[in-house]
Amino acid sequence: MHEYSIVSALIEQCEQHARANQATKITRVDIKLGVMSGVEPTLLETAFETFKLDGICREATLCMTLQPLVIKCLDCHQESVLAERSIVCPACNSYRTQVLDGEDMLLMQLEMEQEDER
Amino acid sequence: MCKDCGCSLPRHSHDHSHLHHQELHTNPQLNDKKTLSVIHKILDKNDVEAAHNRAHFEAHNITAFNLMSSPGSGKTTLLEHLKEYTKLNYAVIEGDLETSRDADRLIAKGITAHQIQTGSACHLDAFMVHGALHHLPLEGLDICFVENVGNLVCPASYDVGTHKNIVLLSVPEGDDKIEKYPVMFRRADLVLITKCDLLPYFDFDVEEAKAQLKKLNPDTQILEVSIKQGESMQAVAAWLKTNLRQTTVGEPQ
Repeated sequence: MHEYSIVSALIEQCEQHARANQATKITRVDIKLGVMSGVEPTLLETAFETFKLDGICREATLCMTLQPLVIKCLDCHQESVLAERSIVCPACNSYRTQVLDGEDMLLMQLEMEQEDER
Repeated sequence: MCKDCGCSLPRHSHDHSHLHHQELHTNPQLNDKKTLSVIHKILDKNDVEAAHNRAHFEAHNITAFNLMSSPGSGKTTLLEHLKEYTKLNYAVIEGDLETSRDADRLIAKGITAHQIQTGSACHLDAFMVHGALHHLPLEGLDICFVENVGNLVCPASYDVGTHKNIVLLSVPEGDDKIEKYPVMFRRADLVLITKCDLLPYFDFDVEEAKAQLKKLNPDTQILEVSIKQGESMQAVAAWLKTNLRQTTVGEPQ
């Protein structure tokens, strides 16, 4: 259940961005979760819904994009999106591949309301 | 200057330009709502602290290994017995939810150890390891092991500032664990199949485990280990020696 620590790191980041941009409210938080990042999306969502209540994200919706594994084969140079948890090239069965995406958890975008400047 | 502990190592200044870019867009359809594009690792703060820990280790010419596995697969036992097979000088940072039993076991064997009690946290993070670093005498050490909380899930997501990951899988757990916990085994630099003296009594297929690991992590080495088979322990000691950071040359006298 490390999803709670991940959510507190996420909310802390949101608060920093909100301060830096004089936001009064964050209304949407977009994140990208790699299937091999080691987090369970449903648990992360539950944790977000619980922790957001205390701060600037209290009315925010969490939008999660699940990022499948994307690899590039170093032998046949084919790029593939994989359904299974393996890094073998589906085109030529090579083990010499490079993972391009699907292992990170990233904050991508924040939608916020700012103080009225007019 | 490290502001938490006053140690003299600089924290790597956080360069906002390379990893994350920010852009502010106003969307007229959303009235006064602004969309801020950020591409930012969620555990970025932990990663910065982890880099700081690595700098600590490197300043003392120490190679650090993160030991991860389920509870009871033999992490502490391995560290207790390793001493008989290597001249490398090592200390251990222990992570457990409760008790200092593991650190006590190591200290009883003459191994320097510091216990972190995580309370209810299921993993160690770079901040906890940093706190522990300042309780260990680092001078003269070749290796620092971080024995993570017994768990095949959560510790995989946290860089604690070590150089390589060693993941243990004991024979009684079964050969299917690699497939079931792919994130952990994907991050391993070495996999130790422990309690191999029990292989005759369990349906653990070593070849199947190797095949599964190859699909996730083709470059990782597997060693079959039992503390009752000295040769297998010598192989672990030899792996550690060849995987020390490049700046360390030769074995201490």
